[in-house]
Amino acid sequence: MRTPSAAAAAPHADVAEGAAPRVMTVKQAINETLREEMGRDPTIIILGCDVGIRGNPFGVTKGLYEEFGAGRVLDTPISEAAIIGTSLGAAATGLRPIAEILFSDWITIGMDQLVNQVAKIRYMFGGAINVPLVIRAPVGAGGGQAAQHSQSFESWFSHVPGLQVVMPATPRDVKGLLRTAIRSDDPVLFFEHKRGYEIKGEVPDGEYTIPFGKAEIARAGSDVTVVTVSVMRHKAMTVAAELSADGIECEVIDPRTIYPFDYAAVLASVAKTHRLVVVHEANRRSGIGGEIVSQVVERAFDQLAAPPVIVAGLDVPMPYNRSLEALVIPDEARIRDAVLAVTARRT
Amino acid sequence: MAHRVTLSESCQAVEAFERDTLEPLQAPAGMTAEDQRDIYRRMRLIREFDTAVKGLWKRDFIYGLAHSYVAAEAIAVGACAALERTDYITSTHRGHGHTIAKGGDPRRMMAELMGRVDGYCGGKGGSMHIAAVDMGMLGATGIVGSAMPIAVGAGLTAKTLDRPFVTVCFHGDGATNQGVWHESVNLAAVWNLPVIFLCENNQWAISLPYDQAAKNPTVSDRAQGYGIPGVTVDGFNPFAVYRAVKEAAERARSGGGPTLIEARFYRYVGHFVADDERYRDTDCNILWERFDPIGRMATYLAESGLATPEWVADADAAAKAAVDDAIEFAKASPEPSAETLWDGLFSPEFMREQGISL
Ligand SMILES: Cc1ncc(C[n+]2csc(CCOP(=O)(O)OP(=O)(O)O)c2C)c(N)n1
Repeated sequence: MRTPSAAAAAPHADVAEGAAPRVMTVKQAINETLREEMGRDPTIIILGCDVGIRGNPFGVTKGLYEEFGAGRVLDTPISEAAIIGTSLGAAATGLRPIAEILFSDWITIGMDQLVNQVAKIRYMFGGAINVPLVIRAPVGAGGGQAAQHSQSFESWFSHVPGLQVVMPATPRDVKGLLRTAIRSDDPVLFFEHKRGYEIKGEVPDGEYTIPFGKAEIARAGSDVTVVTVSVMRHKAMTVAAELSADGIECEVIDPRTIYPFDYAAVLASVAKTHRLVVVHEANRRSGIGGEIVSQVVERAFDQLAAPPVIVAGLDVPMPYNRSLEALVIPDEARIRDAVLAVTARRT
Repeated sequence: MAHRVTLSESCQAVEAFERDTLEPLQAPAGMTAEDQRDIYRRMRLIREFDTAVKGLWKRDFIYGLAHSYVAAEAIAVGACAALERTDYITSTHRGHGHTIAKGGDPRRMMAELMGRVDGYCGGKGGSMHIAAVDMGMLGATGIVGSAMPIAVGAGLTAKTLDRPFVTVCFHGDGATNQGVWHESVNLAAVWNLPVIFLCENNQWAISLPYDQAAKNPTVSDRAQGYGIPGVTVDGFNPFAVYRAVKEAAERARSGGGPTLIEARFYRYVGHFVADDERYRDTDCNILWERFDPIGRMATYLAESGLATPEWVADADAAAKAAVDDAIEFAKASPEPSAETLWDGLFSPEFMREQGISL
C-alpha cells in the first residue's frame, strides 16, 4: 500500500522477529527513532521552535542538536506558516523534513500551507512531486493548559484528502509508525499526546516499521468492540479489565492511524461482538467517532444489536479550572457507562 | 552542552545595552511626585504578584502554565501610565503585568489563576488568558502574535466610530516573526489607525536569541518598511517607555496613525515558572539584574528626594500585603460548579434558544 522511500535502506517489516524487547517511554521511543533515522539518512532534518539546544520543551528532541548539528536540527523563529511551507518546499526538492509544532493548536497558523499545498501538491501537479514530510505535533488536554493548548485536530486533517494522520499511544507503536512516517513519500501528521509521553512499554530491539492502516487488537473480547485512539486506549484498557471481572469482555481496538483507517479490523470485530463503542478525546461534533460509526452502520447495519455509542470530549473550548476540565475530557466512568449501555440492550 | 555564542547570549550584550539603549531615569516634564511614586508602587505590585505566583504554582495552587512578568515591569507600568482609562491594551502569554498596570484587581486576577469563580474569567482562562475587559485589558493569549490584529481591530473601531481611544498592542520580540505581525502593522499603517505596537524585546523567545531569529539589529528598524515611526527605548526604564507611548498616543489621537515602539531589556529570569534555562549561560543574568527596574526606581526616588527609605519599605510592605490579601481572597473563592461549564460559549439568548447546558 505504501512505497518505501528510495532512502530507506532497510526492508519494511512489521516488528522484527526474535528481537528482545526493551522498556522505554513514548518520549524515549520518539527520540530514539529520530536519532536512528537521522543517522541512516542525511537528508532528514528537524525544524521547529526550541527543537535545538533546548531539545524541545518536553525533551523529545534532546541530544539531536548536539549529535547532528545546527545544520540538521534547526531552531526556527516563531513562524508556523513558514515552518510548514518551508518544510514542503524542502520535501519537494530533496530533503525529508520533520517539522515540529510544539502544540498542535498552533498548526492553525500554517493551515493554508498544510491544507492547500502540502495535501494537494502531488495531486495538482499530476503526481510529479514527492512530499516526504512529517509534521509532529503534540495534541491533547489535561494539566490546565486551557482553550488554546489542549486541542486534538485529527478529524480536521483526516477530512483533507492527501494527508496521512497517525495517532499512536504506545512506545512500540510510536517507534514503528514514526519510522514508517519518516520513510513515507507522502505527508504525515504525527500526533503525539502530551499526557502520553511518560507512558512506558516494551519496544522490540532493532529496526522495525509498522504499516499505516493496520489496527491493533489491544485486547480481544467477545461482547463489545471498543475503538479508541491515542491515550484513550489506556483508559479503555483499564475499563475493559474491570468489566472483565463482571463478565463483560471488551475487544479494544486501536486503529493507530486515522487515515488510512483499518475498517476491516473494526468490521470483523463488530461481526463478532455486534456492539460498538468509539472513544476519543477530541470533542464530539464532526469528530472521527461520527465517521467510524457511519462507516460501520453503512457497511454492517444488520450486524449491530444495539445503537453504537460515541464517548468524546464535550463541545466546549477546554476550560482552565481542573474540575471543569475533567468534565470535558472522557474518563473511565464515561467509557464504562457507554459499554454498559450498549450491552444492556443485549436480548 | 553545546552553546551558541551570540550577542544576546554572551555578556557582551550587556555592554551594548549600556552603550546604546540604557537611559538615566528622568521623569517626564510635568509628572507629579505622586505619579512617580505610583509608578514604583505598581511595578512593585507586579513583582510581588509574580513572585507569589511562582511559589503558588510550585505548591499546585496554580494549575497549568504561568509566565512571569518579572524584569519587564517598567514596560507595562510606564506604558499604561501614559494611557487613559478608556484606552485599550492587548496582551501576550505574559499578561499579569499588563493586567495590573491597566488597573486590574489583584484579587480577581489571583482568583483566576487559581481557577475560581471570582476570577476575571470565572476560572475558564487561567494565567494564559487573564483579562480585565472592564479596565480595557482585552486579554492574554497563548498563541504568539495572535493579539496583533485584535489591536488593529480596536483601532478600526476608534477610527470608524470617531472615538478618542488608542490601543496599545504589547507583544514579544518572538512575535515579530509571525506573518500576522507584518500583516497587522501594515494594515494599521495603511489605514492610519490609532494603534501603538509595543514590542517587549527581552532578547529571547524561549531558547532562541533575538539575533538568531531576525537580521535587523532592532525591531524598531522595521517600522521604516511600513512607513510608520519606530523607536527603541530602554525597557528597564518606566519613564522612557512612558515618554514614547505618550508621544505615540498623542500622534494616534490626532490622526497620525500607528507607531512601533521597541522597549529593549532582558529576561534575566526563566521563560516560565519552571524553566531551567539550560539553553543559555545564566551567568550573564546577574549583570543584567543591575538594571532591575524596581531597584533603579527606588534609587531614583531616593536620590531625587521623592521618597525616603522608609517610604520605599512601606510601599514594599503594602505591595506584599495586597498580594497576600489577593491570595486569601482567591483561596476563599469557590470552585466553579459544573453548571458553569457552558457559560459564555455563546450569548445567553442563543444558549437559551439552543438549550445548551450540561
Ligand atoms: C504560535 C505559537 N508558537 C509557539 C509558541 C510557544 N511559545 C510560547 S512563548 C514563546 C516565546 C515567545 O517569545 P516572545 O514573543 O519574544 O515573548 P517572551 O516570551 O520572550 O516574552 C514560544 C515560542 C506559542 N505559544 N504560540
